[in-house]
This record gives sequence, C-alpha cells and structure tokens, in this order.
Amino acid sequence: MAEMEGSKVDHREPLLTVRNLHVAAGEVEILKGLDLTVYPGEVHAIMGPNGSGKSTLSNVLAGKPDYEVTDGEVLFQGRDLLAMTPDERAREGLFLAFQYPVELPGVRTRQFLKSALDAIYQHRGRKPLSIREFDKLFKEKMQLVQMSPELMQRSVNEGFSGGEKKRNEMLQLALLDPKLAVMDETDSGLDIDALRIVAECVNRLRGPERAFVLVTHYQRLLNYITPDFVHILVDGRLVMSGGPELALEVESKGYDWVKQAAGVGS
Amino acid sequence: MAPVLTDVEKYLTDFQAFEQALPAGEAAWVRDLRRRGIARFQEVGLPTARKGNERWKYTNVGPIASATFHHPVAAPARTPAVAEFRDLLPWQEDWLRLVFVDGRFAPELSDTAGAPDGVRLDSLAAALTSDGQVAEQHLARYATPDIDGFTALNAAFLRDGALVHVPDGVELATPLLLVYLTTEHDSPVVTYPRTLVVLGRNAAVTLVEAYVGLAAGRYFTDAVTEVVLDEGARAHHYRYLREGAEAFHIGTTKVHQGRDSTFESVAFEMGCAIARNDVHVLLDDPGASCVLNGLYMTAGTQHMDNDINIDHLKPHCSSSQYWKGILAGRSRAVYSGRVVVHRDAQKTYATQADKNLLLSEEAEIDTKPSLFIYADDVQCTHGATAGHIDEDAYFYLRSRGLDAETASRLLINGFAREILDGISLAPLREYLDRLTSSSLPEFRFSERR
Repeated sequence: MAEMEGSKVDHREPLLTVRNLHVAAGEVEILKGLDLTVYPGEVHAIMGPNGSGKSTLSNVLAGKPDYEVTDGEVLFQGRDLLAMTPDERAREGLFLAFQYPVELPGVRTRQFLKSALDAIYQHRGRKPLSIREFDKLFKEKMQLVQMSPELMQRSVNEGFSGGEKKRNEMLQLALLDPKLAVMDETDSGLDIDALRIVAECVNRLRGPERAFVLVTHYQRLLNYITPDFVHILVDGRLVMSGGPELALEVESKGYDWVKQAAGVGS
Repeated sequence: MAPVLTDVEKYLTDFQAFEQALPAGEAAWVRDLRRRGIARFQEVGLPTARKGNERWKYTNVGPIASATFHHPVAAPARTPAVAEFRDLLPWQEDWLRLVFVDGRFAPELSDTAGAPDGVRLDSLAAALTSDGQVAEQHLARYATPDIDGFTALNAAFLRDGALVHVPDGVELATPLLLVYLTTEHDSPVVTYPRTLVVLGRNAAVTLVEAYVGLAAGRYFTDAVTEVVLDEGARAHHYRYLREGAEAFHIGTTKVHQGRDSTFESVAFEMGCAIARNDVHVLLDDPGASCVLNGLYMTAGTQHMDNDINIDHLKPHCSSSQYWKGILAGRSRAVYSGRVVVHRDAQKTYATQADKNLLLSEEAEIDTKPSLFIYADDVQCTHGATAGHIDEDAYFYLRSRGLDAETASRLLINGFAREILDGISLAPLREYLDRLTSSSLPEFRFSERR
C-alpha cells in the first residue's frame, strides 16, 4: 500500500484512508480489519475470491444501508466518510459504479443526470449548467463512452443490456467527475468488446486528480487497465499487496496459493 | 335551543329555501326532476349503512352525513381573480372555458368566443330557462336520481352547471376547460356541479373537467356528469381533482356510448379528506371503445375511492383501465374496477390494472379489479399490485448526489409516467409532469432508518 512504500515521503494528502474497517451484515462479520490508503491519481485493484467481501467494501464506501460498521474508520479527504449520507459522499466526490446498475422505470435519464450534476455543482459552489450547456456536455460524454443517443431517450437503464448498463455507469462517471471512483466488479457479465470499451473509458478518465478502486474477481480487466497497486482481499482483509505483476501471479496460481502464502484459513 | 336535525332533514330545510329562490320561467320538467330528486333522497338518505352495502363497503360517508353544510342560494359575493387559482390547474389562455364559482356560472371568467357555429357551450342555468331541448332530452337520463343519495341530492338542487353540445360532424379543435371552484366561506358549504356533454354523430371534443378548492376548510362537492356519445363520436376526457385538503368530494360520471364511439379518459386526483370517483360506462353499441385511466395521490389521512364500472352490452367493444396510486402518510385509497361482459357482448376485449406505490408503512390500498363474463368469446385480463419504493432504486439515485427529497421526487414522477404518457393533451401532460415532480413534502418517501 502506498503509505507502506518505505522511505519515500509523500507530502500529498491521502484521498481515502481506510483503517481497521470491520463490517457486519446481520450477524455475519464480512470485513475483518481492512486497511487501505489511496492517493489522488492512483489506480488500485482489489482482487478477491467470491465471498471475500469485495462488494461489501464497495457498498460500505458508497453508504448503502444494510451494513453495520462495527469498528474502524474511513476518511475521505480527511473527513469522516461514514458519517455522511450516500448523497453527501457523492457530492464530496465519491462515485460507485454498480455491479448491478438499477433500472428506474419512468425516470428519464437526462432529467436524472441533470439533477445529479446540479446537486454536485451546487455543492462545489459552481453555477448549475443551462440546459444547452448540459446537453453539450452530455453529448460529449456519450461519445466518450460510445453510447447510442437512442438509449438516452429511454428511462434510466430500462431494457438495457448488461454492457449498456455498465457503459451508462461510465457515462455517469464521466459526467459527474468524481475524485474517487469505486468500480464494483464492473467487468462481470461483460463480453470482451464491452470490457474493452469500459477499460478505455477508465484509462481516458485517469488523471492526476482522480483515483480509482477497481474491485474485481478476475485479472482480465487488468489486461486493459494497468493499476498502480494490486491488493488481494481474502476473508475480509487485504492479505497481500504489490504491483501489477501480483495480479498475474494470482491468476496463474489461484487464490488458494494466496491463502497459503498469507497464512489465512483455506 | 335549535332542534337536532337528521341528515335528511338538514337537506330538506335547504331545499325549501332553495326552491323559493329559483327563477321564474323554468320548464316543468326541471321542477319535476328536482322533486324526484328530493323525494328519492328522503327515501334513501346518504349511503351510511355499512352492512350489506357493497358499493360503499370501503368508504365511510358518515363524516359527510353527520356534517352540516349550507347550500349558498345567492350568487357568490365576489368572483376570484384568475391569478388566485390559475396555478392550481392546467389553465391555458387559448382554451375555451366555462368557469363556475360555488356552483354558479361565472361569465367574467369564462370564454367561449372561439367555438364553431352550432356548438353549444353554455351554463345549464341559461339552458334550463331558454331552449332546453338538449337538456330535456338527456339530463338525468343516465345519471338518474335513483343511483344513490348523492345523485338524488344533485338532481334536487339542480340549478347550474355546464352544457356542452357538439352537433353531428363537428370537431371542436380547441380544448374545453370546465372549472368548478369552491371559495372560502364562514361556514361549510355544499355545491352540486352538474355537467352534460352531448356529442352528435362523428362529433369530437377534448374536455378537461376540473374541481378546484380555494377553501382550506371543510366543504362538500356533490358532482354529477353525463356524457352521451352518438355513433362515431370521440371524446378525450380528463377529470382533474384538486379540492381543498379538508373537502369532501363525491363525483358520479355516467357515459353512454353509441356505435364506434370512443371515450378516452384520464383522471388525476389529489387533495380531499374523502373523495369518491364513481364512473360508469355503458358500451351500448358494437364497435364502441373506452379507455379509463387514472392517477391518484393521497397523503395524510386522506381517503380516495375510485369505483370504475364498465358494462359491455354489445359485441366488438373494447375497454381498458389502467390506474396508478401513490399513497403517503396514513392515507387510504380504494380501487374497485368492475367490468361486466353481458351475454351478447361477444368479441369483447377488456383489460384492467391497478398499481400502487406505498410511500409509508401506514398507507393502505384496497384494490379489487373484477370481471364478470357472461359471453364465451372474449379476451379479458386484470391485475393489481401494491409495493413500497424500491430501496435499491432509491439508493442508486442518492449515490449520484441526489438528496432524499429529489430522489423521492424522481421515483414518484417515474411511477406516474406511464399514466402521464397516456395523456395526449400536451399542456395537461406537461402540467401534471411538473406537478408530480415538484416538491411535495407530504409525498416524501419515509426511510426505514
């Protein structure tokens, strides 16, 4: 992890600091002391087998109800993230790309995104865009994610294919311009073309101010996005961290190897 | 000490005062109709009995029966300015309109100048004293005083209302707005709006029937509407209910359809302490079709009852009903859809659906779409649902930076969209789109935690 990189002194403020995070859903403890530090501009991949707590981490960061944080803390730009409502987190600059984007029958995409952008701009002290300015930006971002304008005439995600839904997530990411994007298994259910488009979007949206946390089961997304750091999540903890080569090693040796090497229960 | 009057006696006292103040020169049939109305009312009273009272099973009209309302005999002292109410309804300057204030025609607020020759847009009061031919032929023939105490009372107190007559072959291109306004009074009032719409062969009309309350306090609207469609006639009918929060509203609509006629209706309902929308369509000639859709929004302790009845009497007719309800607080809504396919009505097509969005745990919906089929070659479907706001959808919206209120508004407006999209009258659709997506604090989704 970045802060354990040794002698290198980093004077920047971390964007996200997760310390000893314990999370339970009902009676079951899912995250059991997770630590993670993310600086602006970094791309972190978190890989883990099924049931390791990947989606729980994404959801807790975004503020989904149904989880209980039993210990630890999460700071976003130095502020207590867990004390914020989901919409405050979004306005502060956190974005969750959903594993399963929700269909919103009757809710018009344009109205939804204009409202969201207005809320975020207002929070940042910027003047909301006029309809014309918004449409221009919207069109630009649709081209970026190679999304058909026809889809935008429909209700949010209604009748979209899996790939179209994920692309719509990327469109929202591009439009809302977050500081930290958490991508929850964005690669799941995507064919290779859709995967490539999504990866391309991430690469284009990478920048010195924006960080990504890519949560994934498989290494294949990382063929298209080269992360700065790879962490392995097993049984609610990050048990191994390294560079991009770690992903390939895990892919070839399997998660059982990780468990053995890290000395956690198989 | 004033004697305690029964609910029937209260109205009888009003009736005597009312009759004495009536203008001279009315036709005998009008007086007879009133007499029939009051006699019927004396017989049946208001439908307060709970037992064996299937039509009023879910709606307790006890609070209406036990309250005392005064029927204003004199014309209103003051006519409100348009600015006082235009935001409460889909008001368009270029529409034709007939406006009624406390049950009485208000010519200064009305505008019928653009109506084509032969089209009659008038107050019933005028029609009853002058040429009463259309009125005499149709009035109370469909919504008779015999239906229940409410239609009986409306007939008894018949004085004013709207007469719309579009003769054979005439299409009224400009939409027509009928507005029944109730203003603030020192004590609770009752009004009896009456609407008669008669369309000749192949005639067409687009009509918005609006009931709007300017009074915050209690009052009672007892409205009756009759729509008669001759062969090939087409009506787009919108019933807009926006009475005051303490109001009682009982509305009865009877529609009689001739061969190949179409009646497409969308209701929008908001406000009222107790409201009932009784609709009965008779598909009385082959090829007739009707669409009866509606959107009801209830909050607080409101009670809204839609009783939608269609009789398929002849073959090759179609009917469809699609209703949606948005219920907040401790409100309660009722949807009773009843389609009867009579023995001769072969090749009938009928659908019925009612879907409800409950914004709180305490809101309650009684929904019962029902089909009674006595013919064998028919295609009929029905269904009903009720559910709470989709928590995942709500979280999704909030995760994009939308606060609780905005997220609720988008989901409510989204739920309403299917009904709104079925409104072909664009200014009304846009008005309702704005209304259902505006800040309505009483319609906020209440979170579990």
